[in-house]
Amino acid sequence: MIQIEDLEFRYPGAEFRLAVPELRISRGEKIALIGASGAGKTTLLKLMAGIAVPQSGNVRVDGVPMRELSDRQRRNFRVSRIGFVFQELELLEYLNVLDNIVHTYRINRVLKLNGRVRERAAELAEAAGLMGKLKRMPRELSQGERQRVAVCRALLPEPGLILADEATGSLDPGNKSRILGLLFRMTERNGATLAAVTHDHELLPRFDRVIDLSAFRR
Amino acid sequence: MQHDFYLAWRYLRHNKIRSLILAACLAMITALPQALHRLLDEAERWMSARAEATPLLVGAQGSAADLVLNALYFTDAPAFISMGEADRIAATGWADPLPVYARFRVRGLPLVGVTTDYFEFRGLAPAEGVLPALLGDCVLGAEAAERLKLAPGDVLPTTPENVFDLAGVHPLKLKVVGILAKSHVPDDRAVFVDLQTAWVIEGLGHGHETGPGAGRADAAFAPLSGDVSAYTEITPDNLASFHFHGDPADFPISAVIAVPRDVRSAALLRGRYPDSEAKTQIVRPLDVTRSLLQNIFRIGALFDAILLPLGAAALLMVALVFALSLRLRQREIETIHLIGCSPLTVVRLMAAEIALIALGAGTLGLVLVQAVRAGAAEFVRHFVIA
Repeated sequence: MIQIEDLEFRYPGAEFRLAVPELRISRGEKIALIGASGAGKTTLLKLMAGIAVPQSGNVRVDGVPMRELSDRQRRNFRVSRIGFVFQELELLEYLNVLDNIVHTYRINRVLKLNGRVRERAAELAEAAGLMGKLKRMPRELSQGERQRVAVCRALLPEPGLILADEATGSLDPGNKSRILGLLFRMTERNGATLAAVTHDHELLPRFDRVIDLSAFRR
Repeated sequence: MQHDFYLAWRYLRHNKIRSLILAACLAMITALPQALHRLLDEAERWMSARAEATPLLVGAQGSAADLVLNALYFTDAPAFISMGEADRIAATGWADPLPVYARFRVRGLPLVGVTTDYFEFRGLAPAEGVLPALLGDCVLGAEAAERLKLAPGDVLPTTPENVFDLAGVHPLKLKVVGILAKSHVPDDRAVFVDLQTAWVIEGLGHGHETGPGAGRADAAFAPLSGDVSAYTEITPDNLASFHFHGDPADFPISAVIAVPRDVRSAALLRGRYPDSEAKTQIVRPLDVTRSLLQNIFRIGALFDAILLPLGAAALLMVALVFALSLRLRQREIETIHLIGCSPLTVVRLMAAEIALIALGAGTLGLVLVQAVRAGAAEFVRHFVIA
């Protein structure tokens, strides 16, 4: 469950200001965030993930007030409870597909990389249609495959909250459907909540709710 | 920690050229001074061993270093003394004289006139054939034989000192009678003849034919004057006709190795050459070599002094390259921050990369030093001394 109350956020030195008086997303809900470019969709996801901290108000994820956590606590909370699929792929070019999927486990001590995690990574890769490509380097993958790797990486810790920032942007319809299908499947399997930013109106009917952020920006 | 090194290794492997260059630079910085000192130590050991094996040396007045280099390493002779000097040393009864005449070169290699005692003194024995016993015979050092591609039974023509001097000494065909076993000393690169053969090469002795038919020039003869032709090859048939003009005691040699019977004899012999105004001098090759080595070590110290700031500059360059690469990797660092990496972990990852590069550099440096160590003797022999 995500609860946002009296949230105000602005980037230092910028005119941009996001104000969300109230927003509640229930557990297991699949929400689409839409809005014009610059409406604050990515910013809202970052606030939910604890990557950005609001100047006032609060974001609670599963009852945990993100603003009141220290940097380290926020980071650890994010790593263990939130899966984030970034707008830009953010794959590491020097790691192969499998290493990219398990990368979070190698850089944060909250997560332990063991045989079970590796098995889960392989299962996720199989579900994402990447099974034969675990040893491939990112440069050897198509755009759709790279995006699927990023999704697998975000889903590997089995997060309760999945945040996807235009995860299907710039993909062909086949890949869009495949990635969204993967996100939905994993969300449903784990009973997780999904908040996805999208510009693709064709996909909106597949979400439980659509939130237009244009209403929140001032 | 294990993950840090794994990720660092993957990154370095992905950028292997850059990583290798960095490691190689660091390896060179650390290994170069050690390699240089290893070479200097080897040069000292090698030169000292040769000098130690040569107790005393008598030669013409002048540079003691030139005298030692000529008698021990067969470099160009600075000046000559007469054979009478060797006789005088023998007459004292304090030392055995071993005359050395290292003046000529044959196909770029030193041609050294010695007596048979020289081979025994230096512990040189033929691996093939025999030692020179007759006029015109020569024995080749192991490397000289390889370089000249000659074997016992072959013929080696001497090189005229001046090809444009038609009245000068004609080349003499030396008969190769033996190849010395490899001894890893300058003797390996020399062609040895009997002293008398060296004097024939110089033109102080010759064999010739007179009368009708003489005066011609062909493969076996060279015209001397009028109806006299000199032999250009010494054979059993013409050996008896070879003779020397003048007193052999006046014939030139470049040095005499004096092998004293004991310490007292050595001191007494040295006492005979006190006058710096005299035409001859006696030196202890070890002292002269040490003095030469002092200069080499001064050069070594100079290298150290130069290498220090150079090394510091190279280290700064490496640091700069690393700092620049960090800037280039800003995006990657932001990425790993976003997916949950703490700033401390980023520092740990970078430290792991530096540690791996340092490990690679250390290994490479060690290999370099070991390679220099293994090849130092050969290197010194070929490039520093030869």
